[in-house]
Amino acid sequence: MVKRITNSQLYHLILANARELGREPAVLFWGMVFPILMSLGLGVAFTKKKDVTVTIAVIGRNHLVHAPGDSASVIQYFLQKNAAAVKVAKDGSFSRELKVPDDKLGGTTYVFSDLSWKQAMVMLKRGNLNLVMDEVKGRVIYKFDPMNPDAQLTYLKLSKMMKDPELIIRPSESEVQPLDVTGTRYIDFLVPGLICMGVMMSCMWGVCYDIIEKRSKKLLRRMVATPMKRSNFLVALITVRISMNFVESGLLLLFSWLVFGITIQGSVLALLLFFVSGNIAFAGIAVFLASHTAKTEIGNGLINLVSMPMMVLSGIFFSYHNFPAWSIPVIQKFPLTMMADGVRSIFIEGAGFSEILLPSAIMLAIGLVFFTAGLKIFKWH
Amino acid sequence: MKQDKVIEVVNVYKSFKAVHAVRGISLEILNGQFIALLGPNGAGKTTLVEILEGIQKPDSGEILIAGKHWKGNEKELQNIIGLSLQETRFIDKLKVFETLKLFGSFFSLGPDRCREVMTLVGLDEKKDAYVVNLSGGQRQRLALGVALLNKPRILLLDEPTTGLDPQARREVWMILKRLKDESYTSLILTTHYMEEAEQLCDYIVIMDHGTILKEGTLQDLLGKSSAGMEKKEVYTGPPRNLDELFIELTGRHLNE
Repeated sequence: MVKRITNSQLYHLILANARELGREPAVLFWGMVFPILMSLGLGVAFTKKKDVTVTIAVIGRNHLVHAPGDSASVIQYFLQKNAAAVKVAKDGSFSRELKVPDDKLGGTTYVFSDLSWKQAMVMLKRGNLNLVMDEVKGRVIYKFDPMNPDAQLTYLKLSKMMKDPELIIRPSESEVQPLDVTGTRYIDFLVPGLICMGVMMSCMWGVCYDIIEKRSKKLLRRMVATPMKRSNFLVALITVRISMNFVESGLLLLFSWLVFGITIQGSVLALLLFFVSGNIAFAGIAVFLASHTAKTEIGNGLINLVSMPMMVLSGIFFSYHNFPAWSIPVIQKFPLTMMADGVRSIFIEGAGFSEILLPSAIMLAIGLVFFTAGLKIFKWH
Repeated sequence: MKQDKVIEVVNVYKSFKAVHAVRGISLEILNGQFIALLGPNGAGKTTLVEILEGIQKPDSGEILIAGKHWKGNEKELQNIIGLSLQETRFIDKLKVFETLKLFGSFFSLGPDRCREVMTLVGLDEKKDAYVVNLSGGQRQRLALGVALLNKPRILLLDEPTTGLDPQARREVWMILKRLKDESYTSLILTTHYMEEAEQLCDYIVIMDHGTILKEGTLQDLLGKSSAGMEKKEVYTGPPRNLDELFIELTGRHLNE
């Protein structure tokens, strides 16, 4: 029995594909190491800290220096009352710090820096500050991008403090009950997306490009000149690739759990089902794309044409709701969007079988349709 | 063994758009016979061999392999044919023995046959070498080994020594000569090296522009060639080799 299995075509095709995959260092790097590096880098970059420092550009040095009460500007008076003493930097610029502690919501340190308009714009473009203050004839002017939620928040907090020059920071009279909601960090958003993107890229390059490359080397033609079953060739290729996807995704998940504490809120079995259906969808698309060309340059182009737009639009790195409203229904139909939404809902929202059955069925259907269409026009020679 | 016809080609035509690759070729190959299809690049040799392999379908004419047509008999014919295509590259990340086992599995053959073939083509020492690390000659011997796995009745080799140095070429010839001595495999070899045709083959078919210019044994070809043909060059006697014969027939060298 064992000998029958180990002598069979399918066994040897699977073994050959697994060896080819395992002996390619680039595959191991892009499939396993790169997603971990990406999540580490982006997770660290976008993880919000509890205590924050906010820099505010104040146009005009005079607002930061001390002045007698009668002649002080509104900004001067506020800072004199509440902020620390003026600091002079090595380049001669002035700044004052205002610490606003808050045990429940996290403290904020406002650093008011005197800058010219030009300097302020440079810092704004670099993302080092998001609010500029000026004062004209006793009226405080706040300049910021209204589309920037961080800038809006800074303005709201600061303007409230600024409205009453007599205001000294004191504990709030009403009670605040902070909500501690799991899954709102950027890394919680990112990891499910990375897993899905990994599946797509793996199928595109591991199935589609592999077929095209074998066809270009005339190896495909050589193989079909033997009694090899054509279905065995494709089944072996897809089996090894999907197995590899399980390993790569598992490693990324393990890393994310260890470093960022990411867990699966929903049903693990539902996740497995959905993961498999996503793999089948992309494997089918890969076979379709690989069905005809023997030129690896064209294959490269086809793969990028299909995968790049989805990488950008499908909500992998940021929500696709940032795109115009009219485009959202279109974006939601992309296979990668469907897979990312589904996986994310299981990870973050605790979704189970009932939520993912329909998208799973759609993904399976996509896979079967593309696979069948691909086989119909498949060029073996 | 009785000299049955193992391949019959009857008035086959094949065109690719404006290019008439094969024009009215008829040919018979007997059991155990080694035949060379000799001609320059573009003569139609590879197309004819691809038709014999079942990869291409002729536009008209008939092909019989062991008395059978390709249509409806693919699996049976694939089991009796061994082939080596021009420029085939195997999987770089597989080792020699692994490659043989992979192809062996297509014929339900186990590792023992793979070891035999490795010895036959002189790759025992390279058993665990990756395909990507093989020299050109070693790769050709591996391709030949893969073609011989199923002890084919018909062996089709498309330019098996093109690009090889003389030493590597002789190594491949030695393997084929041993095969001829030890088995009844019929060989159809395409080449544009006259020495290859002279060294290995009983019967030589000279092709150009999709047609057969002349065919026969080496003695037939060199002995009869000047009779009834318009001389393109001045010769003091009959052609001394196939290249001179080709020049006489076409006005060009074989390697042009």
